[in-house]
Amino acid sequence: MKLTGAEILCETLTRLGVRHIFGYPGGAILPVYDALGKSKLHHILVRHEQGATHMADGYARATGGVGVAMATSGPGATNMVTGIATAMLDSSPVVCITGQVSSKFLGSDAFQEVDITGITMPITKHNVVVSRAEDIARTVREAFLIANSGRPGPVLVDITKDAQQATADFDWDACAPKLPPKRVRKIHDQVEFDRAVELLNSAKRPVILAGRGIILSGAIQVFGKFVHTSNIPVAMTLLGIGCFPAQDPMNLGMMGMHGEAWVNTAIQEADLLIAVGMRFDDRVTGDLRTYARNARKIHIEVDRAEINKNVKVDAAIIGDAGETLANLMPHIHTRDHGTWLSHIKELKGDSAVRDIQSLPDSGHLYAAHVINDLWKTTKGNAIVVTDVGQHQMWEAQYYHHNEPRTLITSGGLGTMGFALPAAIGAKFAKPDAEVWVVVGDGGFQMTSCELATIVQEKININIAIINNGYLGMVRQWQEFFYDKRYVATPLVAPDFAALAIAHGIRGERVTTRKEVVPAIESARQSDQAVLLDFRVEQEDSVYPMVPAGASLHEMIRRPNNPLVETSTEP
Amino acid sequence: MQTIVAYVENKPGVLNRVASLARRLAINIDSLTVGPTENEEIARMTICAHTDERGALRLEASLEKLVDVLLAENISDRSVLERDLALIKVAADQQNRPHLMELIKVFRGRVVDVAPESLIVEVSGTVDKIDGLLEVLRPYGVLEMTRTGRIAMTRGNDILRPPVEATGPVIKSPAA
Repeated sequence: MKLTGAEILCETLTRLGVRHIFGYPGGAILPVYDALGKSKLHHILVRHEQGATHMADGYARATGGVGVAMATSGPGATNMVTGIATAMLDSSPVVCITGQVSSKFLGSDAFQEVDITGITMPITKHNVVVSRAEDIARTVREAFLIANSGRPGPVLVDITKDAQQATADFDWDACAPKLPPKRVRKIHDQVEFDRAVELLNSAKRPVILAGRGIILSGAIQVFGKFVHTSNIPVAMTLLGIGCFPAQDPMNLGMMGMHGEAWVNTAIQEADLLIAVGMRFDDRVTGDLRTYARNARKIHIEVDRAEINKNVKVDAAIIGDAGETLANLMPHIHTRDHGTWLSHIKELKGDSAVRDIQSLPDSGHLYAAHVINDLWKTTKGNAIVVTDVGQHQMWEAQYYHHNEPRTLITSGGLGTMGFALPAAIGAKFAKPDAEVWVVVGDGGFQMTSCELATIVQEKININIAIINNGYLGMVRQWQEFFYDKRYVATPLVAPDFAALAIAHGIRGERVTTRKEVVPAIESARQSDQAVLLDFRVEQEDSVYPMVPAGASLHEMIRRPNNPLVETSTEP
Repeated sequence: MQTIVAYVENKPGVLNRVASLARRLAINIDSLTVGPTENEEIARMTICAHTDERGALRLEASLEKLVDVLLAENISDRSVLERDLALIKVAADQQNRPHLMELIKVFRGRVVDVAPESLIVEVSGTVDKIDGLLEVLRPYGVLEMTRTGRIAMTRGNDILRPPVEATGPVIKSPAA
């Protein structure tokens, strides 16, 4: 069958199971858009190519499948860079397809020509230029395979305009992926494995550090069994949230810079850490010199390059989290750990049973209240997509997730502007799910143009802006470490409710605590998108906080204010 | 100094990926040689880098993550034969030429070109040996020099071959 390169691309994407493409057209990708129009693929027109990559990323994170973003050459491609880096740092399987100038103009500084494969080399898992129609199908199939195998990541395929226009034979069987033969590393190293088993069965104060690798591996069930068989408490990374139910008594909560005090203290006092699908990021460890000094460490990780990168470990098992845990299971003795668990309970004190909701209304609206109310009102069943900053940490603390892929957030790169587009992507992936954007007034303004995409696509997601009039997290650092010199953090914003209305979206402002639940309820009942502008306390801070570079146990604790930890049971 | 051998796809852009990776890890490459193997689709690299064992481990592991790298192995601790090749153009006139030739012989170098006022020496061997020859030639006036950088091979039964079977990654979830 003879098809044009553009038609081959659309046919290949369709056969790979793609239904949605987030993109923005332009000269060098026009042949593909012409073919898209004749295909069954649903193209979502974004307002900025960064949004397209975040949408594809949100789509991938919500399902575990590959998200697809598309853009033209030059500025279209460079606008994708932030989104690609975001996907790279959080191991998200995204395939970006960019148009490129015709091959005869390559390297000539032609109109809208940019070396996008050169630019994205360090922030993609792989990238490739295709300049022949007959190579398109195989390359795209390989891109999907690379993006979603091993440790997932973004792949960029740059297709020259002449390759899109030329015709070639299309034979699905003949264009099967043909990746270079790779050495198969011995995954099951018996010495390391035995050492890990011995450490696991002899530890007195063990803690499991659970990361996103568990979710990516689809290892939720085996991980749960592992926890309950070994009777070892679980601390989670930000991206690990959802890999183990928040309501399970063995779940301590999030660790690290804004982890609760008992979690970080337990890690510092532990005699064994079992890290599963996490990478000892600096936001998790604090000062490496003082990190968990008394603990032996086991690292279960699919990416060999992460072993001994930040933290030297005593036993490393390289491999898929689910497979490795399943291999370990028969060797694990169920042990009581009663003294250790009750010690952690003591560390918790009564903070875990105090409920911010039962505290008297001081007349102030706190972000934590809003997020906790959102959790209670949605019964913890919504997909929450956050931006980056204070609201993100409050979400992690006050919205308790029991299911994987229900918190979507930019962790590694910390990309402001991520939430709104990523939520649009998540909604396309899970059309029946209730999707909430939790976003600050700063980050929202970075990508608020995508409100128009919501309207054009008639999708129903709800937006909660945690509006404190500051770039809150930066302001908090200035308060703590720069003597409250608030340089460039006070932030003027438009009337967000009016902005929503201007787009044709219902918008409301919420200023008091008693309005919070009714506003959330009303938004949930609506069959259209609703934006809620929560005007919260301006100079509130996220606690506890481990200052950057400090030891994990050197936390700035909550002052005696109304914000305390909450129970995980509604 | 750490020595890593890598088998890579013999196609454009791969060298860039490898060099870019070292830069990203802030590892300074001392020399990098690349050439085809008996299989024309596969090239072999010898990478000598100024880093410690931990840096070499990171470089090795990160290299293997590149799609185009078939295998990367740190051979610094193994029994290794290494060679560097240099062409050195040194000033020489009728008077000192015989003396120069004697020196070059000691280092098992070969004179491959003779001109009225200079000659070109070809010498191969370990880095130290070439550095040694260079040291003794310097007083005569080294006009030009080019070196290949090290190539290395493990000795005896310690054989490093590129993988041939396409194993293919295992996909965890449906495509989309």
